Amino acid sequence: MTDKTALWTIIIAIGLGSFLLRFVFTGLVGNRRMPAWLLRHLRYTAVAILPALVAPQVLWPAATGGAPDPARLAAAVVTFTVALITKSMLPALFAGASTLYGLLYLL
Amino acid sequence: MAITTPKSAFKKGFLDSTPFVLVVVPFAMLFGLLATEAGLSVFEALTFSLVVIAGAAQFTALQLMTENAPTLVIIISALAVNLRMAMYSASLTPWIGAAPFWQRAIAAYFTVDQSYLVAVAEYERQPQMTIPQRMGYFFGTVTVIAPLWYAFTLVGALLGTSVPESWALDFALPLAFLAMIAPMFRTLAHLVAALVAVGVSLLCVGVPYSLGLIIAGMAGMIAGAWVELRRTGQGPAP
Repeated sequence: MTDKTALWTIIIAIGLGSFLLRFVFTGLVGNRRMPAWLLRHLRYTAVAILPALVAPQVLWPAATGGAPDPARLAAAVVTFTVALITKSMLPALFAGASTLYGLLYLL
Repeated sequence: MAITTPKSAFKKGFLDSTPFVLVVVPFAMLFGLLATEAGLSVFEALTFSLVVIAGAAQFTALQLMTENAPTLVIIISALAVNLRMAMYSASLTPWIGAAPFWQRAIAAYFTVDQSYLVAVAEYERQPQMTIPQRMGYFFGTVTVIAPLWYAFTLVGALLGTSVPESWALDFALPLAFLAMIAPMFRTLAHLVAALVAVGVSLLCVGVPYSLGLIIAGMAGMIAGAWVELRRTGQGPAP
Protein backbone atom coordinates (compact mmCIF):
# COMPACT_ATOMS: atom_id res chain seq x y z
CA MET A 1 0.00 0.00 0.00
CA THR A 2 1.12 3.51 -0.85
CA ASP A 3 2.51 5.52 2.12
CA LYS A 4 0.77 8.57 3.57
CA THR A 5 2.82 11.24 1.79
CA ALA A 6 2.21 9.54 -1.52
CA LEU A 7 -1.48 9.15 -0.71
CA TRP A 8 -1.95 12.87 -0.03
CA THR A 9 0.10 13.73 -3.12
CA ILE A 10 -2.23 11.52 -5.14
CA ILE A 11 -5.44 12.94 -3.65
CA ILE A 12 -4.35 16.57 -4.10
CA ALA A 13 -2.87 16.08 -7.58
CA ILE A 14 -5.93 14.24 -8.90
CA GLY A 15 -8.21 16.82 -7.26
CA LEU A 16 -6.35 19.78 -8.76
CA GLY A 17 -5.96 18.13 -12.15
CA SER A 18 -9.64 17.20 -12.29
CA PHE A 19 -10.64 20.74 -11.38
CA LEU A 20 -8.45 22.15 -14.15
CA LEU A 21 -9.96 19.73 -16.69
CA ARG A 22 -13.44 20.85 -15.63
CA PHE A 23 -12.49 24.53 -15.54
CA VAL A 24 -10.48 24.80 -18.75
CA PHE A 25 -13.39 25.84 -20.99
CA THR A 26 -16.18 27.03 -18.67
CA GLY A 27 -13.71 29.10 -16.66
CA LEU A 28 -11.11 30.28 -19.13
CA VAL A 29 -13.09 30.60 -22.37
CA GLY A 30 -16.17 31.92 -20.60
CA ASN A 31 -18.17 34.30 -22.74
CA ARG A 32 -15.69 34.55 -25.62
CA ARG A 33 -17.21 33.37 -28.88
CA MET A 34 -16.13 29.93 -29.98
CA PRO A 35 -15.89 29.15 -33.71
CA ALA A 36 -18.98 27.65 -35.36
CA TRP A 37 -17.22 24.41 -36.29
CA LEU A 38 -16.27 23.82 -32.65
CA LEU A 39 -19.79 24.55 -31.39
CA ARG A 40 -21.14 22.17 -34.00
CA HIS A 41 -18.94 19.38 -32.62
CA LEU A 42 -19.72 20.21 -28.99
CA ARG A 43 -23.45 19.75 -29.62
CA TYR A 44 -22.74 16.02 -29.86
CA THR A 45 -20.54 15.62 -26.76
CA ALA A 46 -23.23 14.13 -24.53
CA VAL A 47 -24.73 11.77 -27.11
CA ALA A 48 -21.25 10.54 -28.06
CA ILE A 49 -19.36 10.25 -24.76
CA LEU A 50 -22.05 8.69 -22.58
CA PRO A 51 -23.09 5.89 -24.96
CA ALA A 52 -19.38 5.19 -25.51
CA LEU A 53 -18.92 5.00 -21.74
CA VAL A 54 -21.88 2.66 -21.28
CA ALA A 55 -21.50 0.32 -24.29
CA PRO A 56 -18.57 -1.80 -23.01
CA GLN A 57 -20.21 -2.07 -19.57
CA VAL A 58 -23.40 -3.34 -21.20
CA LEU A 59 -21.70 -5.87 -23.47
CA TRP A 60 -18.95 -6.99 -21.11
CA PRO A 61 -20.06 -6.25 -17.53
CA ALA A 62 -17.34 -6.38 -14.88
CA ALA A 63 -19.71 -8.21 -12.50
CA THR A 64 -19.70 -11.30 -14.73
CA GLY A 65 -15.96 -11.11 -15.32
CA GLY A 66 -16.57 -9.59 -18.76
CA ALA A 67 -18.82 -12.35 -20.07
CA PRO A 68 -21.89 -11.04 -21.93
CA ASP A 69 -24.95 -11.40 -19.70
CA PRO A 70 -28.43 -11.80 -21.25
CA ALA A 71 -30.17 -10.23 -18.23
CA ARG A 72 -28.04 -7.07 -18.31
CA LEU A 73 -28.23 -6.87 -22.11
CA ALA A 74 -32.03 -7.12 -22.07
CA ALA A 75 -32.30 -4.62 -19.22
CA ALA A 76 -30.21 -2.13 -21.19
CA VAL A 77 -32.37 -2.52 -24.32
CA VAL A 78 -35.61 -2.19 -22.32
CA THR A 79 -34.38 0.89 -20.42
CA PHE A 80 -33.27 2.61 -23.59
CA THR A 81 -36.46 1.78 -25.50
CA VAL A 82 -38.79 2.90 -22.70
CA ALA A 83 -36.79 6.12 -22.27
CA LEU A 84 -36.97 6.73 -26.02
CA ILE A 85 -40.77 6.30 -26.02
CA THR A 86 -41.70 7.99 -22.72
CA LYS A 87 -38.86 10.57 -22.81
CA SER A 88 -38.76 10.18 -19.07
CA MET A 89 -36.12 8.67 -16.81
CA LEU A 90 -38.09 7.05 -13.99
CA PRO A 91 -40.38 4.73 -15.99
CA ALA A 92 -37.35 3.70 -18.04
CA LEU A 93 -35.30 2.91 -14.93
CA PHE A 94 -38.21 1.05 -13.40
CA ALA A 95 -38.77 -1.06 -16.54
CA GLY A 96 -35.04 -1.73 -16.86
CA ALA A 97 -34.63 -2.74 -13.23
CA SER A 98 -37.69 -5.03 -13.42
CA THR A 99 -36.24 -6.69 -16.51
CA LEU A 100 -32.85 -7.09 -14.86
CA TYR A 101 -34.17 -8.60 -11.62
CA GLY A 102 -36.77 -10.71 -13.42
CA LEU A 103 -34.22 -12.27 -15.74
CA LEU A 104 -31.54 -12.62 -13.05
CA TYR A 105 -34.12 -14.51 -10.99
CA LEU A 106 -35.33 -16.69 -13.88
CA LEU A 107 -32.03 -17.46 -15.60
CA MET B 1 -43.15 22.52 -14.88
CA ALA B 2 -42.38 25.92 -16.40
CA ILE B 3 -39.20 27.61 -15.26
CA THR B 4 -39.75 31.27 -14.48
CA THR B 5 -37.08 32.21 -11.92
CA PRO B 6 -33.60 30.98 -10.97
CA LYS B 7 -35.21 29.55 -7.84
CA SER B 8 -37.75 27.47 -9.76
CA ALA B 9 -34.92 26.40 -12.10
CA PHE B 10 -32.98 25.22 -9.05
CA LYS B 11 -36.01 23.25 -7.88
CA LYS B 12 -36.50 21.66 -11.28
CA GLY B 13 -32.82 20.71 -11.50
CA PHE B 14 -33.08 19.17 -8.06
CA LEU B 15 -36.18 17.16 -8.99
CA ASP B 16 -34.83 16.10 -12.39
CA SER B 17 -31.75 14.51 -10.87
CA THR B 18 -33.43 12.72 -7.96
CA PRO B 19 -33.41 9.38 -9.87
CA PHE B 20 -29.61 9.48 -9.52
CA VAL B 21 -30.01 8.90 -5.78
CA LEU B 22 -30.39 5.20 -6.60
CA VAL B 23 -27.05 5.29 -8.41
CA VAL B 24 -24.89 7.57 -6.31
CA VAL B 25 -25.65 5.98 -2.93
CA PRO B 26 -24.39 2.44 -3.66
CA PHE B 27 -21.36 3.71 -5.59
CA ALA B 28 -20.31 6.10 -2.86
CA MET B 29 -20.69 3.34 -0.28
CA LEU B 30 -18.63 1.00 -2.40
CA PHE B 31 -15.88 3.59 -2.70
CA GLY B 32 -15.85 4.18 1.07
CA LEU B 33 -15.66 0.47 1.71
CA LEU B 34 -12.92 -0.26 -0.82
CA ALA B 35 -10.92 2.76 0.31
CA THR B 36 -10.82 1.60 3.93
CA GLU B 37 -10.07 -1.95 2.77
CA ALA B 38 -7.13 -0.52 0.81
CA GLY B 39 -5.78 1.00 4.03
CA LEU B 40 -7.15 4.56 3.89
CA SER B 41 -8.54 6.06 7.09
CA VAL B 42 -12.15 7.20 7.18
CA PHE B 43 -10.94 10.82 7.01
CA GLU B 44 -8.74 10.09 3.99
CA ALA B 45 -11.54 8.30 2.16
CA LEU B 46 -13.93 11.20 2.75
CA THR B 47 -11.33 13.79 1.72
CA PHE B 48 -10.70 11.84 -1.47
CA SER B 49 -14.40 12.12 -2.39
CA LEU B 50 -14.53 15.80 -1.37
CA VAL B 51 -11.44 16.83 -3.31
CA VAL B 52 -11.82 14.72 -6.44
CA ILE B 53 -15.63 14.16 -6.69
CA ALA B 54 -15.33 11.74 -9.64
CA GLY B 55 -16.26 8.11 -9.12
CA ALA B 56 -14.48 6.43 -12.00
CA ALA B 57 -11.20 8.30 -11.39
CA GLN B 58 -11.33 7.53 -7.66
CA PHE B 59 -11.87 3.81 -8.28
CA THR B 60 -9.01 3.81 -10.78
CA ALA B 61 -6.63 5.45 -8.31
CA LEU B 62 -7.65 3.05 -5.55
CA GLN B 63 -7.14 0.03 -7.75
CA LEU B 64 -3.65 1.18 -8.78
CA MET B 65 -2.73 2.04 -5.18
CA THR B 66 -3.51 -1.49 -4.03
CA GLU B 67 -1.31 -2.72 -6.88
CA ASN B 68 1.51 -0.47 -5.58
CA ALA B 69 1.78 1.42 -8.86
CA PRO B 70 4.15 4.45 -8.91
CA THR B 71 2.54 7.69 -7.66
CA LEU B 72 2.92 9.45 -11.01
CA VAL B 73 1.30 6.55 -12.88
CA ILE B 74 -1.65 6.65 -10.48
CA ILE B 75 -2.13 10.39 -10.96
CA ILE B 76 -1.87 10.25 -14.75
CA SER B 77 -4.20 7.26 -15.04
CA ALA B 78 -6.89 8.85 -12.88
CA LEU B 79 -6.65 12.12 -14.80
CA ALA B 80 -6.87 10.26 -18.11
CA VAL B 81 -10.10 8.69 -16.88
CA ASN B 82 -11.29 12.23 -16.11
CA LEU B 83 -10.32 13.71 -19.51
CA ARG B 84 -13.96 13.58 -20.52
CA MET B 85 -14.58 16.35 -17.96
CA ALA B 86 -12.72 18.76 -20.26
CA MET B 87 -15.12 17.80 -23.03
CA TYR B 88 -18.08 18.40 -20.70
CA SER B 89 -16.58 21.75 -19.78
CA ALA B 90 -16.31 22.72 -23.45
CA SER B 91 -19.84 21.55 -24.13
CA LEU B 92 -21.24 23.58 -21.19
CA THR B 93 -19.41 26.77 -22.16
CA PRO B 94 -21.84 27.99 -24.87
CA TRP B 95 -24.65 27.69 -22.30
CA ILE B 96 -23.13 29.06 -19.10
CA GLY B 97 -20.01 30.89 -20.29
CA ALA B 98 -21.65 34.28 -19.63
CA ALA B 99 -22.25 33.53 -15.93
CA PRO B 100 -20.11 35.32 -13.28
CA PHE B 101 -16.60 33.90 -12.90
CA TRP B 102 -17.09 32.63 -9.34
CA GLN B 103 -20.24 30.74 -10.37
CA ARG B 104 -18.39 29.15 -13.27
CA ALA B 105 -15.57 28.12 -10.94
CA ILE B 106 -18.02 26.45 -8.54
CA ALA B 107 -19.86 24.82 -11.45
CA ALA B 108 -16.53 23.48 -12.73
CA TYR B 109 -15.87 21.73 -9.42
CA PHE B 110 -19.35 20.17 -9.58
CA THR B 111 -19.12 19.08 -13.24
CA VAL B 112 -19.71 15.33 -13.06
CA ASP B 113 -21.36 12.90 -15.49
CA GLN B 114 -24.79 13.27 -13.92
CA SER B 115 -24.93 17.05 -13.48
CA TYR B 116 -23.53 17.61 -16.96
CA LEU B 117 -25.95 15.21 -18.62
CA VAL B 118 -29.09 16.42 -16.82
CA ALA B 119 -28.20 20.09 -17.31
CA VAL B 120 -27.27 19.95 -21.00
CA ALA B 121 -30.42 17.94 -21.78
CA GLU B 122 -32.50 20.66 -20.11
CA TYR B 123 -30.63 23.54 -21.80
CA GLU B 124 -31.28 21.91 -25.19
CA ARG B 125 -34.96 21.39 -24.37
CA GLN B 126 -35.41 24.97 -23.07
CA PRO B 127 -33.02 27.15 -25.08
CA GLN B 128 -34.85 30.30 -23.89
CA MET B 129 -33.57 29.85 -20.30
CA THR B 130 -31.63 32.85 -18.98
CA ILE B 131 -28.09 32.50 -17.61
CA PRO B 132 -29.20 32.75 -13.94
CA GLN B 133 -31.86 30.11 -14.63
CA ARG B 134 -29.27 27.82 -16.22
CA MET B 135 -26.94 28.23 -13.24
CA GLY B 136 -29.85 27.67 -10.84
CA TYR B 137 -30.77 24.51 -12.66
CA PHE B 138 -27.17 23.24 -12.64
CA PHE B 139 -26.76 23.87 -8.92
CA GLY B 140 -30.11 22.15 -8.34
CA THR B 141 -28.81 18.96 -9.96
CA VAL B 142 -25.60 18.91 -7.90
CA THR B 143 -27.49 19.54 -4.67
CA VAL B 144 -28.86 16.02 -5.06
CA ILE B 145 -25.68 14.35 -6.25
CA ALA B 146 -22.70 15.84 -4.42
CA PRO B 147 -23.84 15.67 -0.75
CA LEU B 148 -24.88 12.04 -1.26
CA TRP B 149 -21.49 11.25 -2.78
CA TYR B 150 -19.72 12.64 0.29
CA ALA B 151 -22.15 11.28 2.89
CA PHE B 152 -22.26 7.75 1.58
CA THR B 153 -18.51 7.60 1.07
CA LEU B 154 -18.42 8.27 4.81
CA VAL B 155 -21.12 5.67 5.54
CA GLY B 156 -19.32 3.03 3.46
CA ALA B 157 -16.01 3.80 5.14
CA LEU B 158 -17.50 3.78 8.64
CA LEU B 159 -19.65 0.70 8.31
CA GLY B 160 -17.24 -1.20 6.11
CA THR B 161 -20.23 -2.78 4.44
CA SER B 162 -21.37 -2.80 0.89
CA VAL B 163 -24.57 -3.64 -0.90
CA PRO B 164 -24.77 -7.41 -1.66
CA GLU B 165 -23.55 -8.37 -5.13
CA SER B 166 -26.81 -10.17 -5.93
CA TRP B 167 -28.54 -6.78 -6.07
CA ALA B 168 -26.61 -6.20 -9.32
CA LEU B 169 -26.14 -2.52 -8.48
CA ASP B 170 -23.07 -2.50 -10.73
CA PHE B 171 -25.61 -2.03 -13.48
CA ALA B 172 -27.46 0.92 -11.95
CA LEU B 173 -25.09 3.46 -13.50
CA PRO B 174 -25.23 2.16 -17.11
CA LEU B 175 -29.03 1.93 -16.89
CA ALA B 176 -29.33 5.45 -15.49
CA PHE B 177 -27.18 6.84 -18.30
CA LEU B 178 -29.20 4.99 -20.94
CA ALA B 179 -32.44 6.33 -19.47
CA MET B 180 -31.03 9.86 -19.52
CA ILE B 181 -29.51 9.75 -23.01
CA ALA B 182 -32.44 8.29 -24.96
CA PRO B 183 -34.57 11.47 -24.99
CA MET B 184 -31.58 13.40 -26.41
CA PHE B 185 -31.77 11.61 -29.76
CA ARG B 186 -33.71 14.28 -31.58
CA THR B 187 -32.05 14.26 -34.99
CA LEU B 188 -30.30 11.85 -37.33
CA ALA B 189 -27.03 13.60 -36.44
CA HIS B 190 -27.47 12.72 -32.76
CA LEU B 191 -28.17 9.11 -33.64
CA VAL B 192 -25.15 8.83 -35.94
CA ALA B 193 -22.92 10.46 -33.31
CA ALA B 194 -23.97 7.87 -30.73
CA LEU B 195 -23.68 4.88 -33.07
CA VAL B 196 -20.20 5.87 -34.24
CA ALA B 197 -19.09 6.54 -30.65
CA VAL B 198 -20.39 3.16 -29.49
CA GLY B 199 -18.74 1.34 -32.39
CA VAL B 200 -15.38 3.01 -31.86
CA SER B 201 -15.51 2.53 -28.09
CA LEU B 202 -16.08 -1.21 -28.54
CA LEU B 203 -13.16 -1.39 -30.98
CA CYS B 204 -10.94 0.68 -28.65
CA VAL B 205 -11.76 -1.20 -25.46
CA GLY B 206 -8.16 -2.40 -25.23
CA VAL B 207 -6.63 1.09 -25.41
CA PRO B 208 -4.99 1.83 -22.03
CA TYR B 209 -5.92 4.55 -19.51
CA SER B 210 -9.52 4.75 -20.77
CA LEU B 211 -8.25 6.75 -23.73
CA GLY B 212 -10.47 4.61 -25.97
CA LEU B 213 -13.39 6.56 -24.51
CA ILE B 214 -11.90 9.89 -25.58
CA ILE B 215 -11.14 8.57 -29.08
CA ALA B 216 -14.69 7.19 -29.34
CA GLY B 217 -16.22 10.43 -28.06
CA MET B 218 -14.30 12.52 -30.57
CA ALA B 219 -15.19 10.15 -33.41
CA GLY B 220 -18.86 10.41 -32.45
CA MET B 221 -18.73 14.21 -32.25
CA ILE B 222 -17.06 14.45 -35.65
CA ALA B 223 -19.68 12.12 -37.14
CA GLY B 224 -22.56 14.10 -35.61
CA ALA B 225 -21.15 17.44 -36.76
CA TRP B 226 -20.56 16.03 -40.24
CA VAL B 227 -24.14 14.78 -40.59
CA GLU B 228 -25.48 18.10 -39.31
CA LEU B 229 -23.43 20.03 -41.85
CA ARG B 230 -24.50 17.71 -44.68
CA ARG B 231 -28.18 18.05 -43.83
CA THR B 232 -28.36 21.76 -43.13
CA GLY B 233 -25.55 23.08 -45.27
CA GLN B 234 -24.87 25.53 -42.46
CA GLY B 235 -25.00 24.70 -38.76
CA PRO B 236 -27.77 26.44 -36.78
CA ALA B 237 -26.88 28.74 -33.89
CA PRO B 238 -26.26 26.86 -30.63
